[in-house]
Order: sequence, then structure tokens, then C-alpha cells
Amino acid sequence: MAVAATTETGARSWRAGRRPSVPSWLGTVPFLAYVAIFLLWPTGIVVVDAFKNPNGAWAFSNFTELFNPLVRGYFIGSFKLCVFSSIVGSVLGAILAYAIASGDPDGVVRRLYLSASGVLGQFGGVTLAFAFLVLVGPVGLLFHASWYFDFPWGIGLIYIYFEIPLMVLVFLPAIDGVRVQWREASENLGSSAWQYWRYVGGPLLMPAFLGGALLLFAAALSAYATIQAWENQVAYVVPQQISTALSSEVGLSNVNVADLLALGMVILMAIVMTGYALLQRRAARWLR
Amino acid sequence: MAAVTALNETPATSAGRPRGMQARRRRRLNIFRYVVFTVLGLFFVLPLLGLLRFSLEGTKLGTWSGTAWRQIASYQNTGIPPLQSAIEITLELAVITCAVMLVLLVPTMIWVRLKVRWLERTIEFLCLLPLTIPAIVLVVGLGPIYNKIQHFSLSSLMLFWIYVVLALPYAYRALAAGLSAIDVTTLSEAARSLGASWFTVIVRVIAPNMRQGILNAVLLSWATVFGEFTIAYLLLYTNLQVELYSISRNTPNAGVLFSTSFAALIFTFVLLLILSYVGRIRRGRG
Amino acid sequence: MNALVTAAKKEGTLNVIALPPTWANYGTIISTFEKKYGITVNSALPDGSSQQEVDAVKTENGTAKAPDVLDVGMAVALANTNLFAPYEVSTWSDIPAAQKAPNGLWVQDYGGYMAVGYSSKFGTITSLSQLLGPKFKNAVALNGNPTSANAALNGVMMASLAEGGSASNIAAGVSFFQKLKAAGNFSPIQATGATIKAGTTPVVFNWDYLNIPSYVGVAQANWKVFIPQNAVLGGYYAQAINKDAPHPAAARLWEEFLYSQAANGGQNLWLQGGARPVEQQAMTANSTIDTSAAAKLPSVTGTPVFLSPTQATDAANYLAANWAKAVS
Repeated sequence: MAVAATTETGARSWRAGRRPSVPSWLGTVPFLAYVAIFLLWPTGIVVVDAFKNPNGAWAFSNFTELFNPLVRGYFIGSFKLCVFSSIVGSVLGAILAYAIASGDPDGVVRRLYLSASGVLGQFGGVTLAFAFLVLVGPVGLLFHASWYFDFPWGIGLIYIYFEIPLMVLVFLPAIDGVRVQWREASENLGSSAWQYWRYVGGPLLMPAFLGGALLLFAAALSAYATIQAWENQVAYVVPQQISTALSSEVGLSNVNVADLLALGMVILMAIVMTGYALLQRRAARWLR
Repeated sequence: MAAVTALNETPATSAGRPRGMQARRRRRLNIFRYVVFTVLGLFFVLPLLGLLRFSLEGTKLGTWSGTAWRQIASYQNTGIPPLQSAIEITLELAVITCAVMLVLLVPTMIWVRLKVRWLERTIEFLCLLPLTIPAIVLVVGLGPIYNKIQHFSLSSLMLFWIYVVLALPYAYRALAAGLSAIDVTTLSEAARSLGASWFTVIVRVIAPNMRQGILNAVLLSWATVFGEFTIAYLLLYTNLQVELYSISRNTPNAGVLFSTSFAALIFTFVLLLILSYVGRIRRGRG
Repeated sequence: MNALVTAAKKEGTLNVIALPPTWANYGTIISTFEKKYGITVNSALPDGSSQQEVDAVKTENGTAKAPDVLDVGMAVALANTNLFAPYEVSTWSDIPAAQKAPNGLWVQDYGGYMAVGYSSKFGTITSLSQLLGPKFKNAVALNGNPTSANAALNGVMMASLAEGGSASNIAAGVSFFQKLKAAGNFSPIQATGATIKAGTTPVVFNWDYLNIPSYVGVAQANWKVFIPQNAVLGGYYAQAINKDAPHPAAARLWEEFLYSQAANGGQNLWLQGGARPVEQQAMTANSTIDTSAAAKLPSVTGTPVFLSPTQATDAANYLAANWAKAVS
């Protein structure tokens, strides 16, 4: 490879004279610094407070609160709801993304769908819950769904409403990268559509798909305003109980318990992410 | 740069393929698309229609009335700033947040993919963390930081610091999907061997190939800023959603909450649509 | 007083928090105050809970956005007196001793009785047991989660009183709601003006001043209110001034306004919002009360019961352990 001593941009060629090695991870310092101040510091405050008493003293025994049956019930409820909505949401979202991607890349239809997905992915809270109440709730316009207040089906349906657009937006760039030539090449070699997806398209898209599903899971986990508007007289999921712990007017408010529950959510997320990392590694093996 | 061909384009070099099979496949694809668009389209549109219908309810159920919409303009502003300033602030917030997010995230992700792969999972976890902690609890941790910030500036624009963090999960995922679709290593090696600096590699070689990913990240961040309510509300700032909420509490008509939400939806939708065209104009020059 | 007015006008602003405009007529109160003294009122966090008000005081401490005055439930007031500044309004002697702190750190402002508001399509309801009937399927809601919201806890307590329980024992109330849930009549939806109008929550347990048509958003003819006989549960809220208020003079002027007995002073304005002002007895005696507004208050039979702080805490603890099991 021809190596020029300098180029038109005045940059030194990468082959010439290696400078004393500056560790490459230094390039991530700006990002890490920003995240450290505006994410890790607040999170740190929350985590530290989880192990304190209301009067400021250390109370590491707080951690055992996480295993109390009431609390376990909230986490199980959260997990059920999030798994249901993220799986259905990611599959349907991937299908919709494929349908959009197979159209004209510069067309109006794609832009409309992308913008609509952007808006609907952030849609939630009182208005979304109310929209479904008006449609399928107790006196719904369309029909009265008797399963609507069965946890997690009714609220799961509402969560799916904003999860699908979210999946579309995060999965579409990956589908765009699947070249049609690969399809042609695999068919030239005599494979069927099913074999193409099983051995070529699927493994290529699996990391992005899993990443999208993970994002959906996290979004469902921390969603609060929607379920609070759908029903707020009993706590089914952890964020609702956090809200009680934070803003109870009847003397049951306890910031430390709220922080502990939040820590529990982070731990849950870490566990899910470990499972996700394992899945990714298996999927990556298909690519070898 | 490497062209991204759409799934439906057939390159001129495809030879010896029976016409019937291509046409059949195209037809099946189209049927699939129409079915998906119709079924999911209905799923998305019906609740919105229900909302619209309710916002147009008169005092008796079953009648029609535009009062909830007219009242957006004519609310009595006891105690809350005018709607226009809230819209301006949120627009500025969105621009700042998207800019900071892109500058922070795109180079970092490319750099990590190229040189520091062992940090990749860590960065992924960090970018998912903001979504794991509910906003109501995040505010507890943000209190001390924002107390300090408020001694410098009381402006709602200071929200951008935390909005960038809130946008990270979505933006990261969109950018990662875009990154996974291109061969970053080959592109960067080729550019570097031609003498490009790292800045050129990132900004002028790799980023243009992530166009869809970057666009989607911007759309997601923009929508996040426009949809954010809880943190602004609990930190006593005013942004669009807080303002709309205060308006709906100031007017006795129950429908106003929904007419304002619907108006915010349409407004954000139009903005996003415009943004998606900005991406295209850039490509023409590129 | 004049010195106070001058100082307050000089400050020019007042920060209030968690005052929804339709709650006990606060919208009119705020605008009357603004017009009378020319002071701009910044109203933040309209649907905040009492705890969130206190949290905002702590988070915004030292900034110009910190709340100047607070309107909180008794439990939160008693727990946070270290944040308040003592102040005795000019009508201090007209307030009953049991409803104010002797050192002036907090003073009760308005209150009401727990009632059941319902759509007139159900006819007339005279007792809680009627709510267990089949025509109330998916219809009956509380105002929030009883382990979190003051109004909801008092709703369950009122049911307890009506079902034979007492102020020290909320178990009867919890079992009433358990029966409601078993009959399929309990609605978990958050009751708002919109859900009431849409017919999704036609029966709501809430304070009587929150069951007035202007708050629920339904016409007078379509919404009725009843307070069960011999289950008259009252609750008052309390005013307090932030010790580190950014606008201390305006804060005190606001208190003076709220406790003034003038025809368009705070007490009468609250009365017009359907709430019972704390100086009601004194004002009836010296004829400063708005008699037509007073006549519109729902009538009650039986002695009003007020929860003591210990009774309130016991009730909360019982709910924390038993509510979720009973109704989920």
C-alpha cells in the first residue's frame, strides 16, 4: 500500500512514526465524563440513600426488604408486564419495520411512518390510558373487554401501543443494511426464503433485534404515568410502589424505600442484560 | 460512498432469473405490506380517533363541540406563562439536546466499535441505565445537582443536561443498529490508508453511511424532549408538556387535556416530518 | 398590615405549589389576590401531593423558584415543622385552638367531609350497602391509592365508620372494598373529570368540596353527593410558610388574605368552593360569612369524627399491609 508522508489534509499517515501510545479508551472520556456527572452521580445518590435510614444513618439491612413478599410481588408484576409487552412489541415492530423498509427509501410513506413512530413512541400517560379506556374500557366505544383490567393483559396492550413505534425506529436502520444482493446470492445457491432468513438474514439482524427488545423491556419497566392513569388504586408494578414511597401523604412516604426499589430495578435490569449478552454471543456464533 | 440499496431494487446484474418468480415475489411482498399497514395502522389510529372524538364532546355525551380546542387559545393564564414561550423553550431544548447527543454519542460509538471494543457492553449498559430508573426517582438524585445549576441559571433551558441523558437509550439503539449495518473496520482502514485523520474518518466517511441511524436517533431524541413531562414538572420548570398540563387544569372542560395532547401530537409529528426532509436535502449535496 | 402590603408589593411575586384551580376555588383565590395587590403568582406542580410540596421546598432551597407557602395534609405538616416559619395571622384568635399549632408553625385552613359523589342516573343513594348491588358494576372508585393519597385513605375510613368500624380501626372499610371488588363493582381507574364525564367512573369517594360539579366537570343536575349517616369523617388541610421563602413578605400577605373574613377574602372564597373554612364558626357568629354559600354545603347527620395523628398512622400501617391483598 502506497504510503504518503503527508496528505492534502496535512495528516500524518498512520503507518509513519507511531507516537508513544495514548491509550485508545481516552477517546471515550468526554462521553464518560458527561455520563458520570449527569447519570452516575444522581444514580449514586439514589443507590447510597437506599442503604440509609430516614434519619440519615446507615442501614444495610434495608437490602433484605427486597425479599419481602409484598415487594417480590411488585417485581414479579413488573417482570410479567415487561416481558409480555416487549416480546409482542418487538416482534410486531420488527414486522412493521420490514414492511416500511421494503418500500421506497425516499418516499413519503416512509417519512410519514417514521415521524408517526417518533411521536407515538413517546405517547403515553393519562392520554394514552384514557384513549384505550374510551375504546375498550368499561363503557368503551368499540366493546367492553372483560379482560381489560386483568393484569397484565389490558395494560400490556396499552404498552404495546408505544413499544411498536419505538421498535420500528431502532430496528429500521439494521434492516436497511441487509443488502438485496445477499438475498440474490443465497437464491443463486439454491436456498429457499426460509433458509435465507434462518441462515443469513436472521443472524445478521438478530443483534439489532435483541437490542430493540431489550430497549422495549427497559422502557416498559420504568413506565409509570400510563399505568398510574389506567389504574392507581392498587400498586401492581414497582414504579407505582416507588411513587407511593415517594409521595404518600398519609405518613407512608419513605425516600429510602423508594431508592431501594429503584436499586432493585437496576439490579433486575443488570440481570436481564446479562441474559441478553449471553443471547448476543450465541447469535454472533451464527455469523462465524 | 457505499450505496445502500433498498430491498425492492433489483441490481442490473441479476441475470438468468425467471421473470415470473420475481413478479410473484414482488406481489407477495406487496400483499404482506398492505396487510401489515392496514392491521397495525388501525391499531394505532383507532385510539387516536377515540381521543379526538372525546376532545370534541359537548357538555352532554354524544354531542359535538369545538370548545376544548378553542379554549387552548383562550385559557386564563393565572399563574402560568403563556403557551408561546413554552413552545419556544421546548424547541430550543430539542435542538440543543439533539446537537449535544450527536456530538457526544456518534464519535464515541464509532471509536468504541473501532478501537475499544471491550468497552462496548459497558457503554451499552450506561446508555440503558437512564431508562431503567423511573423519572420520579431520578429526580430525587437530580435534586442536588439542579439546585447547584439553578444558582447559575433559572432558565428551563438547563433541562438539556438531563434530557441528553434521557435520550441516550433510544439514540444509542438507533445508532447501534445503523453501525451494525456497515463494515466500520474496512471503511476506516481504507480511509486511514488514504491519509485521512480520525476526525475525517468519523465525520466524513462513517457518519454519512449511518444516515438512517443518525436520522432516527435525532427523531427519537426530538420526540423525547417534546414528550418529556415528569422531570420538568417535578423540578418546577416549564416546558411544553407541563404548560399543556397546567392549561388543562386551568380550564374546567375535561376535554381540554385531550385537545392539548392531540394538538401536541400533531405539532410534534409535523416537526419530525420536516426534520426527516432536512436529512434528504443534505444527501443531495453529499 | 400596611407595611406588610408595601413590602409584599415590592417583592412583586409569590410562588405557590400544588394548588389546582378547581380545588376549593383556588383559581379564583389566586386571581383575586393577584388583582387586589398586583402581585404575580407563580403556580407550579398543580397536582402535586403534600409530600411533593415538601420535597420541592427541599430541592429548590435557596433558589428563587422555591415555594413560599404550602397547603399540606396534616400528616405531612406535623412531620415537617422544621421547614416552616412561625406566623400568626391577624384573625388568629378566631381559629379554634385544636386547629392551629400553638407556636404558629402551621394552621388549618379549610376542610370537608368525606362523601360519595355519583351520577344521577343511579337515582338516590342513601347507604353504602347499596353500592354492592348489581347496577354498580365497575362503577365505584376511590380518589387514589389509600396508602398514598389522603383523600383515598379517608374514603376507606369513612366506609369503615359506615360499616360499624371506628376511627381506630379501618379493617371494616378494607373488607367493604374487598366485597365491592368481589361483586365486580370496584373500579381501579384514576377518577378524573374526563373519566366521570365519559361515564367510566360514575361513583367516586372524595371530599365533599371535590364532589362539586365544577370540580368533577359535570352539570349540577347530573351529579349528586351523599354523606352516610353517622359516618361523618372530616379532614382539614393546613397552611405553612417556608422558612427560607424567597418572598417572605408576599408569603405572609397571602396568609393574611386567606384568613381574612372579608366578603371576597380567602375564607369566603373557600366556602364558595364548597369547602368549610376554619373560621366558619367565628364568622357565622359575627355575620361575615357568605350565608348563601354556607347553605349549599351538604347536610350531615351525626357527629363529625376527625382522625388523630396516631389513628391516621395506624390506619396507614394497616392499609400498607392489607390493602393490596384485598383489592388486587
